[in-house]
Amino acid sequence: MADDAAGPRGRWSDERVEQLVGNLLRTGVIIAAIVTALGGAALLIQHGAARADYHLFRGEPAALRSVGAVAASALRLESRGVVQLGLVLLIATPIARVLLSLVAFVLQRDRLYVAVTAVVLAILLFSLVFGGHA
Amino acid sequence: MTVLLMTALVGLGAFAAGLLGALTGLGGGIVIVPLLTLAFGVDLRYAVGASLVAVIATSSGSAAAYVKEGYTNIRVGMLLEVATTAGALAGAYLSAVIPTSAIAIIFALVLLFTAAQSLRGAGEQLTAAADPLARRLRLGSSYPTPGGEQSYQVRNVPLGFLLMLVAGILSALLGIGSGVVKVLAMDRAMHLPFKVSTTTSNFMIGVTAAASAGVYLRRGYVDPTLALPVMLGVLAGALVGARMLTGARTRVLRLLFTGVVVVLAAEMLYKGATGGL
Repeated sequence: MADDAAGPRGRWSDERVEQLVGNLLRTGVIIAAIVTALGGAALLIQHGAARADYHLFRGEPAALRSVGAVAASALRLESRGVVQLGLVLLIATPIARVLLSLVAFVLQRDRLYVAVTAVVLAILLFSLVFGGHA
Repeated sequence: MTVLLMTALVGLGAFAAGLLGALTGLGGGIVIVPLLTLAFGVDLRYAVGASLVAVIATSSGSAAAYVKEGYTNIRVGMLLEVATTAGALAGAYLSAVIPTSAIAIIFALVLLFTAAQSLRGAGEQLTAAADPLARRLRLGSSYPTPGGEQSYQVRNVPLGFLLMLVAGILSALLGIGSGVVKVLAMDRAMHLPFKVSTTTSNFMIGVTAAASAGVYLRRGYVDPTLALPVMLGVLAGALVGARMLTGARTRVLRLLFTGVVVVLAAEMLYKGATGGL
């Protein structure tokens, strides 16, 4: 990418952004996996002896369906809520990556890719905030 | 079956899927939904929710390494993510209206297509001349090879974009990463180098899956108790697989994986035709 008109090199060169994106993805997955595993240990201790039944679809309760409700459930230290928070953090990781790309393209003054990235971010946020009503 | 036993068994299956997926480079995501629905009798919606979350974990984990090594083409990825996320959002809404038996048959066809593609090699046809659209979008780049940085150009952006819409719809409908369709779009249609195609596909999978996972979370498809062993199992399998040196055995593993995929396809086809899913 060194020869294209992507904007200033140095702090926001494409190579630097690649390193940042890589670190962000790795950190997000590690944090999400740790939260899920900790919540999972508690979940298995509390509910391990219950009967597992996924033959019939009932849908999750409201406390496990939206980002706000999941965070509230996790703060109450409900084990299912903590696991779900880990899963939400995982879903949020690629979204954070797109946000980082958006910032990088803005700082590179790459207007075309700022627009492209903004569309992707809008679709992702729409899905997480308003999605689900079929 | 108790939650504890189910967690252990699903975790083992997910670990095997992640391991085989990483060793063969084919991704383990495609076998998760058949495993959960066929072997454990899990409702398709819960299976798709759990599988998508696992797909985000493995693709983001391995994308981290490839991006740093400079293989991934972030501009190509961003541009095509417009198509995959729009497709995924459409697929998430379609999944509520398409009957389960039809989804099972689509799944079987995608499994068979994956098996066929896994036996074919790279379709690497590098092009020296970018077409005007690709040049305006500044998609050309370079990637590391044993002989130094190799620059490449890009062609057929509209066809690639269209194929990525399909990849997004399939990802949401079936709870898979759609890596095979993504690689096909970049490698065959857009003439990107094979290594750039596979790593950029992997880079895009997490974002594609996140677009439909958001909808499914809000619709109550993501069950923490089921997703727990699926996500951690696949992730652990993929991590172990990435650290194992396979060398000459890759071919045998590929054949094994392809065999598993064909068997699952037959089973899905049968269940779809008889309405048993």
